[in-house]
Amino acid sequence: MEVYLDNSATTRVRSEVIEKIVEVLDKQYGNPSSLHMKGYEAEKLMSEARENVSKLINGDNEGIIFTSGGTESNNLALIGVAESLRKKGNHIISSKIEHPSVLNVLKHLEENGFDVTYLDVDKTGKIDLEDFKGAITDKTIFVSIMAVNNEIGTIEPIDEIADIADEKDIVFHVDAIQAAGKINIDVKKQKIKMVSLSSHKIHGPKGVGALYVDKSVRIRPIIFGGGQEKNLRSGTENLPGIVGFGIASKLAKENFNDNINKLMNLKRKLYQGIVSEIKDIHLNGPDIEGGAPHILNISFAGVRGEVLLHALEEKGIYVSTGSACSSKKKGQSHVLKAIGLKEDLIESAIRFSFGIFNTEEEIDYTISVLKEKVNFLRKYKRR
Amino acid sequence: MQDILLIKYGELALKGDNRSFFENKLIKNIKHALSDFKEVKVEKTHGRIYVECDGDIEEVIERLKKIFGIVGITRAKKIGLNLEEIYEAAIELMREYQGKTFKVETKRPNKSFPYDSMEVSRRVGAAVLKNVKGLKVDVHNPDVLLNVEIREMAFVYAGVIEGAKGLPLGTNGKATVLLSGGIDSPVAAWMMMKRGVEINAVYFHSPPYTSERAKDKVVDLCKVLSQYGQSIKLHVVYFTDLQLEIYEKCPAKFTTIIMRRMMMKIAEKIAQKNGSMALITGESLGQVASQTIESLYVTNASVSMPIFRPLIGMDKTEIIDLAQKISTFEISIRPYEDCCTIFVPKHPATKPKLEKVIEAEQKMEYQKYIDDFEEEVIEV
Repeated sequence: MEVYLDNSATTRVRSEVIEKIVEVLDKQYGNPSSLHMKGYEAEKLMSEARENVSKLINGDNEGIIFTSGGTESNNLALIGVAESLRKKGNHIISSKIEHPSVLNVLKHLEENGFDVTYLDVDKTGKIDLEDFKGAITDKTIFVSIMAVNNEIGTIEPIDEIADIADEKDIVFHVDAIQAAGKINIDVKKQKIKMVSLSSHKIHGPKGVGALYVDKSVRIRPIIFGGGQEKNLRSGTENLPGIVGFGIASKLAKENFNDNINKLMNLKRKLYQGIVSEIKDIHLNGPDIEGGAPHILNISFAGVRGEVLLHALEEKGIYVSTGSACSSKKKGQSHVLKAIGLKEDLIESAIRFSFGIFNTEEEIDYTISVLKEKVNFLRKYKRR
Repeated sequence: MQDILLIKYGELALKGDNRSFFENKLIKNIKHALSDFKEVKVEKTHGRIYVECDGDIEEVIERLKKIFGIVGITRAKKIGLNLEEIYEAAIELMREYQGKTFKVETKRPNKSFPYDSMEVSRRVGAAVLKNVKGLKVDVHNPDVLLNVEIREMAFVYAGVIEGAKGLPLGTNGKATVLLSGGIDSPVAAWMMMKRGVEINAVYFHSPPYTSERAKDKVVDLCKVLSQYGQSIKLHVVYFTDLQLEIYEKCPAKFTTIIMRRMMMKIAEKIAQKNGSMALITGESLGQVASQTIESLYVTNASVSMPIFRPLIGMDKTEIIDLAQKISTFEISIRPYEDCCTIFVPKHPATKPKLEKVIEAEQKMEYQKYIDDFEEEVIEV
């Protein structure tokens, strides 16, 4: 049996999406910028996709800028705003558990004269709103916080952050790459100004994503060229990818409630199975009901995560680890460190992440394999 | 005008009666390395090997540089018997050596050519000086020797590109190398290949403690080694069960040394099957606990086949330099080492006694793992 439980890394593409992509590759190969009919048809497809994606977060169609994926969206958001608001201030607030595509951009901005405050998180991975308020200065121009943490599934208090940011006239960027389709994101209601999205986390194709930018926010491009996407993202549009992303977003929106119920059930089931079958386990991050429905991070004390990963792989089960043990400390998860997890538990952490194709039967199978493998591997400790 | 390459081979010329065996092997190896070039001819005449080539000569040179037994490669041109063509060839060859000193030497076995060798040298030298800027003549100690040979055709050649040296692969039997994926063992394999030894390889795979990517690393190392003239048969031995058996039955301080003894025993079996007459390891004296003189003594005693350890007297930095030179280093440092340290004891014995180790390993029934192991054979 093949059980893919690494849906936070990437997901299998839905067949509806594949069909449409193939059709676009085959028939709608025009360039949306071309003046003729072939270009016009392509442009129509683009706007349809734009509408599908914007609906997923209840934004305006015009706010969607298509990019090459989540990393580019985060780069464009952070660098684009920092450069355009430089005159206003040079202080940025973020957290210690952001994705590398945020943290490494911030590092780059720090090298270029910006000050960044990285908020601490508690043992569930949540930032403290008082810390956030306390970090704000009159130089603060924007704040970037992820909606859902990719490793442990913490849901950050983005409604409250948005209110505070709005009141202080600070641009709020949300990395919603793990959150889209899993928790409710409504840019209008929540007063979020910018949102990063990625297609391949929601059963769409890789190599495409979007940045939502509220019309009140001015940003500068980081890629220059022919002026596509309102001059914010030059380069001939990846039409097949964008259309695929559109379909995936539409399906994620339509099935939102069913999906999260399903994912949450799978997560609960796996967790309960593990708790009742295996001793000495440690749940990392938020409690089951309080976290994102698709991410479960557990340390199996006394077992190296990477070894367990390979042992599960032998049985067709695919998961992620909290650290790559070959590269020692360098490879340890910054998220697990930030929540204060002890080194041996970081080294034994496994992330299970669920997708719409997973079944209860797969979870039963996973529990039984886990029980066998964990018990076996625990017999051999370094002496 | 035709581009040819002149192959110089040194050491093997000393081998008396075996000379033609070595030469023929070398020619065979050259032909094999260039087999996908349609326009290449390899010939032995006048006591040398020529490679005639109409295709991508730079690529041909790159391949030849990896063939053991070749001391030097010289670019040459084969032309008609007239001075104009000789000038043209000489000028073209010497363009590469601007700023250097040179001297022309001419041989003229074909006495029907109207100019004698002194005259040819003088005229060719003058033509080159006139047409290539920045060259100077130095008859005593030139940087570059420009040779002209007048035979049934004329040959002009200049300079020497350093070859891989050593002996032609396949002239010194076969051996089995224990490859780990680290820096040392591929270098050891290469050094023995350089002495003409054809190799096959063993890698010990311990899933789930080692990953597929660690295995791929070894396959990629074999691919690099195979560029030195032979395809390599890689035996991937599934080693987990025996490793766990050692863990369960043997004292912690001896687990590494016993593991190495078991690896040697399995490698010896594979070696015998492949017609190898020696094992090769990347051990270097004193590098780690299992490579002290006492440990090597104990490891050595596990098999009767000779174990070649070409790196035994080398420093790590010297080994790394060689690994970089032969292009295995970048692969060896990929971060997919054994992903588990549980089999590495915290306090390994650095001066194990053979009797004690044998006594310890008798506690398990290892023979069945050595007589019957699971393996995957990959032709690289």
